Amino acid sequence: MANTTTLPPAGASAPGDERVGRRSPVQKFLARPEVGALVGAVVLFIFFASVSQTFTQPNALATVLYGSSTIGIMAVGVSLLMIGGEFDLSTGVAVISSALTASLFSWNFSLNAWVGVTLALVVSLGIGFINGWILVKTKLPSFIVTLATFLMLTGLNLALTRLIGGSVSSPSISKLDGFESARAVFASSVSIGGVEVKITVFFWIILVAVASWILLRTRVGNWIFAVGGDANAARAVGVPVTKTKIGLFMAVGFCGWILGMHNLFAFDAVQSGEGVGNEFLYIIAAVIGGCLLTGGYGSAVGGAIGAFIFGMANKGIVYAQWNPDWFKFFLGLMLLLATIVNLIVKRRAELK
Amino acid sequence: MNAQQIDQQTLLKNEKDPLTHTPVHLLSLEGVGKHYGNIIALRDVTMAVDNGRVTCVLGDNGAGKSTLIKIIAGLHQHDEGTLQVMGDARKFNSPRDALDAGIATVYQDLAVVPLMPIWRNFFLGSELTSGFGPFKSMDVQKMKDITLKELAEMGIDLRDVDQPIGQLSGGERQCVAIARAVYFGAKVLILDEPTAALGVKQSGVVLRYILQARDRGLGVIFITHNPHHAFPVGDRFLLLKRGKSIGYYDKKDITLDELTAQMAGGAELAELAHELEQLGGHSDALEEVKAEVAGVADAAPESATKRH
Repeated sequence: MANTTTLPPAGASAPGDERVGRRSPVQKFLARPEVGALVGAVVLFIFFASVSQTFTQPNALATVLYGSSTIGIMAVGVSLLMIGGEFDLSTGVAVISSALTASLFSWNFSLNAWVGVTLALVVSLGIGFINGWILVKTKLPSFIVTLATFLMLTGLNLALTRLIGGSVSSPSISKLDGFESARAVFASSVSIGGVEVKITVFFWIILVAVASWILLRTRVGNWIFAVGGDANAARAVGVPVTKTKIGLFMAVGFCGWILGMHNLFAFDAVQSGEGVGNEFLYIIAAVIGGCLLTGGYGSAVGGAIGAFIFGMANKGIVYAQWNPDWFKFFLGLMLLLATIVNLIVKRRAELK
Repeated sequence: MNAQQIDQQTLLKNEKDPLTHTPVHLLSLEGVGKHYGNIIALRDVTMAVDNGRVTCVLGDNGAGKSTLIKIIAGLHQHDEGTLQVMGDARKFNSPRDALDAGIATVYQDLAVVPLMPIWRNFFLGSELTSGFGPFKSMDVQKMKDITLKELAEMGIDLRDVDQPIGQLSGGERQCVAIARAVYFGAKVLILDEPTAALGVKQSGVVLRYILQARDRGLGVIFITHNPHHAFPVGDRFLLLKRGKSIGYYDKKDITLDELTAQMAGGAELAELAHELEQLGGHSDALEEVKAEVAGVADAAPESATKRH
C-alpha cells in the first residue's frame, strides 16, 4: 500500500495532531461523488439558457425533465448496480422485452391489460435474476454475461413478436380492459401551474429518493458499497455477496419494468427492434454522475444528475435550433469531460 | 514487551488458568487435514486455543498457514480430523457460520473495503438498525459514536470516522479490524500475518493490540513467519512446514533461538552451505552459513525432545 509510508503511524497521532489538518465543509462537499456532474449540469444549463430564449420556459423545462426521466429511471438501477461492481448491457432491450411481454400476452389471450403488466414485472425481475445468478455461479465478468443476455433478448423480441403478433410491431392493445387505468398509472401527465408534467418525472424522483435512502441509510446499502469495493473482504465479514448482487440485477429489472410499461402505455404498441444502444445511455448517465466503473463508489443522485445532463443536451440542441446530428458528438465529449472532472475533483478532495 | 513480563502475567492469572482448569478448549484441532484434488495442503495438524492465550502458527511460505486459517474461518472445510469449538465438533460452511460461533478473522490484505468510510467498515455485515419491517434503517449516529469510542479504547485517535479507511496506514487498518472483532464479541481472533507488510514501529503497535485483545480474554491465533514477532506475544507455538506440523510447544519449553532454528530448518542451511561450496568464490557467505548450521545443530536436538 503506497499510503503506508505517507501517513503517520497509529501510535503517534495524539489529539490535535498538527500533521492532520481539518477538512472544511467545502472540501467535504467537494469529495461527494456527484459534484463533478453537478458542476457540469449547472454549466450546461447556463449555456443553453443563454443561447436559447425558449429553454427556460416552464413547458420546455417539463419536456427536458421528461426526456431526463426516461433515462433517469433506468440510471437509478444501473447506478446501484455499478456501485455494486457490475454493469448490465441488456437493460436497453430488457425494457422492450418487458413492454412486449405485457402487450403480447394480454393481446393474445384477450386478457385485462393489468394481467400483462403483472406478468411483465415477473419477466423483468426474472431476467435480472438470471443475469445475476449466472454471474455469481460462473464468476464470468458481467460484460460477457449481460452481452449474451442482450443478444438473446434482441433475438427473442424480434422473433416472438413476429411469431405471435405477425408483425415487427406489437399489435395495438388500446381496446383491452384495463388499458385506460394502466395508461393513467404509467403514462399520464400531472398539471402543475398550467404546465403538463409527465408522470415518469415523479416515478424518477421517487426512485432516486428510495435508492438514496437504501444506499446511505440501510444495511443493504452498506452491502452494496462493500460488494463493489471489495467482494472478498465483504464475504469474509459475513456480507451475503451472492444475494446482494442478484438483488441489484433484479432492481435494474424493476426499473426496466417501469420504463417498459411507460413505453407501452404512452402509445398502445411497441416496436420490437427498439431499445438497442440505450443501455449505454444509462451507463453514461451513471458514469457522468460519478459512479466508479470499477465499483464501490457513487450515488443515486449522481446518476439522476447524469440523466438530467443527458436530457438537457438532447432537448437543448433542439431548442437552440442546431442540427441534432451533433448530439452524439456532444454526448461523447461530455462523458469524457465529466469523467475527467470527477477524477480531478475526487483526487483533490481526498488528498486534502 | 519481553518474555519476562508475559511470564509474570501468566503467574498472576494462574487461578483461572484455562490451560489447567478448563476441561475443554475454546477451540481445538485434532489431526486436521485438507487436500485440493490430489494435492495435500495440510495434514495431521493438532492445536488448541484458550481464553486469554495467544497461539502462534509459524511457517514459511507454502507451509499451509493460510489453508489452516481458512478452515478455522469457514472459507474451506477440512477433509480429515476434527475441529471443536467448546468441545463440540464443528464444520463451518461459510465465514458467517464461523463468525456466529465467535471466531473472527482479520486478514492481512482483505480486512477492509478501502473506499468505504471507517464507520461503515467497522459495522460491515453486522450493522445496527432501528425501525420496523421495510423501514428498517441504520442507526448511523450511534454507529459512528461506537466506532470512535472503540477505536479510542484501542489507542487509535481518529479525527473523522467518515474518511475512507483506505487513507489509514496499514497498521491502523489492522487495528480497526481487530477492534471490530473485539467489539462484536469474538471469542477467538485469528490474525493472518498482521505484521507482514508493516515497518518495525507499526509492527510493534499491532503486537500491542494483540496483547490488548488477549488481556480482554480472547483466544488469539497469530499467524506469522517471523519468530521475533511471535515469541514475545505467544503462549503456544505451532510450527508448520510443507503442510505438516513439525512441532507444537508451550512457551516454557522453547527459547527464541530454538524457535528460529526450527523455522530456518537446519537441513536446508546445510544444503545451502554445500551448494555455495561447490560454486566457490563466496567464502564470506559460506563462513556465515556454516556458522548458522552449527548454531542450528546445537539448538535443534534440545528442542526436538520437548515436542508434544
